[in-house]
Amino acid sequence: MKNKEYFIELLLKFSALITILTTISILWVLLSESFSFFKEVSLIEFFTDTQWTPLFANKHFGILPLISGTLLTTLVAILVALPVGITIAIYLSQYAPKRFKQVIKPLLEVLAAVPTVVYGFFALMVVTPFLQNIIPSMSGFNSLSAGIVMGIMIIPFISSLSEDALSAVPKSLKEASYAMGATRFQTSFKVMVPAASSGIIVSVILAFSRAIGETMIVAIAAGQQPRLTLNPLVPVETITAYIVQVCLGDVPHGSLEYKTIFAAGITLFVFTFILNNISFWIRKRFREQYE
Amino acid sequence: MKNLYILAMILILASCSESKVEKNSTNYLSGDIKIDGSSTVYPITEAIAEEFRKIQPKVRVTVGVSGTGGGFKKFSRGDIDISDASRPIKEKEALACDENNIDYLELSVAYDGLAVIVNPENYWVDYFTVEELSKIWHPDAQDKILFWDQVREGWPHEEMHLFGPGTASGTYDYFSEAICGKKVGTRGDFTASEDDHVLVQGISTDKFGLGFFGLAYYEENKEKLKLVGVDNGNGIVQPTLETVSNGSYAPLSRPIFIYVNNSVKEREEVNEFVSFYINNASKLVQDVGYIPLPSSEYEKQFVK
Repeated sequence: MKNKEYFIELLLKFSALITILTTISILWVLLSESFSFFKEVSLIEFFTDTQWTPLFANKHFGILPLISGTLLTTLVAILVALPVGITIAIYLSQYAPKRFKQVIKPLLEVLAAVPTVVYGFFALMVVTPFLQNIIPSMSGFNSLSAGIVMGIMIIPFISSLSEDALSAVPKSLKEASYAMGATRFQTSFKVMVPAASSGIIVSVILAFSRAIGETMIVAIAAGQQPRLTLNPLVPVETITAYIVQVCLGDVPHGSLEYKTIFAAGITLFVFTFILNNISFWIRKRFREQYE
Repeated sequence: MKNLYILAMILILASCSESKVEKNSTNYLSGDIKIDGSSTVYPITEAIAEEFRKIQPKVRVTVGVSGTGGGFKKFSRGDIDISDASRPIKEKEALACDENNIDYLELSVAYDGLAVIVNPENYWVDYFTVEELSKIWHPDAQDKILFWDQVREGWPHEEMHLFGPGTASGTYDYFSEAICGKKVGTRGDFTASEDDHVLVQGISTDKFGLGFFGLAYYEENKEKLKLVGVDNGNGIVQPTLETVSNGSYAPLSRPIFIYVNNSVKEREEVNEFVSFYINNASKLVQDVGYIPLPSSEYEKQFVK
């Protein structure tokens, strides 16, 4: 009996170790390959050059156009998802009847379950032509429609997590607010939202890091032209889309061109890693304790 | 139950032996045919090899892709029987063949034409000169030639959005060599995709788009795109079946070849394969997106 217990414990430990080992080995591959990349291309060039053309004759290794493409699409996505997501969260937690909420919340979460390749084609085939009716000079590939659709995709991240945070605020606060004569609106925005703010911020950061790493939508709808711009109407290339592009071509294994994807990958990793840490820190630091 | 099992076994065995008898009764050729070379010619050769396998299932045809140069290298060593080439053999390569006593036959199998494409709503571009194309695509243009009016006076001051095949494709090599010169390459700040659908999608939905790809692919997407003629100094030429195959659509059209080692022609299966190639090229070449030679040309090749 004791042996059996021991065996199960070992099994559990083993599965936990596998996850950690996977993370470590991914990091190791990224670091070692990009290390040999940075032996040939200086970090200064990597972060200051404004052109990214490693596959072509006139080679430039400036990651800025890819970062700007990534941040641009992500920014559009957040601009869409943040107001919509938080409005939904407040409505569901403060206004909606309980039964209604029980139906609507899982339905909203379906948005996150749609395959991203479907979102990508939705952006390319539906959103872009629609937007072109309004802005005729818009390109077929652009960061605006990719960003909007990505925003729709991450709405459930924000709405569900924020709703959880709002619901977790002790009832006494709400009742106290009503007792003071506050309206529903005042209670929601002046009492509940500030009380749940750390949870809401964390949900936004998680959505942000999800959007930064999103690949399929931007690879399909945002284009593949690295360009340093803040114009959301023209084709851009994100870090993820570049990695896809190189993987689809036949760049010789081990060449400098090949190593660029690891340098791009580690940049992306650093971004999401920092974001996740910020959210972890905020959760710990700013969690309001009422109990 | 057991009986049923045995019955099934017998049936399976019987059908096996039956098919064996069948195969032996007709005269199938057998052997290996090794082909290597250009990635541009690969789709044609592979399509033909597939059809050939249907009628001669015992002949193993392997088609490699190591580039025209790589193909000739192996060819001159006698490693392969047939070499796919997207250009005629170079003197150096011919010499290498001579040294190893390899006598060969050159057969042109198709034409490859490139289409220069803009959006249908583009009203200003009527044609391009070769110089203008070079100005747009040359590596020096990178980050500098960004607006239409930089290419020709009078064109609008609007950003150009460029689309083209990626560096892995033979089409890219061919275009960059024909327009920008040998070993120059092109600029890198354009939407580069090995997937032609992406290029069609990009240009057809972007008023300021410009791109190039294989002519056959334009034919499939005619209604969404605008084909632009090219002026090489002898007037504007629109790429058509005719201008591509008579060579007047220069420099964006070229014949593509296969080279056959003469000594292996004595082997019946190779002989059979080559005549099958020439006989079926006209139809299959179009299926895979190239332009066939005029049928009289194929007859000439056949006589060889």
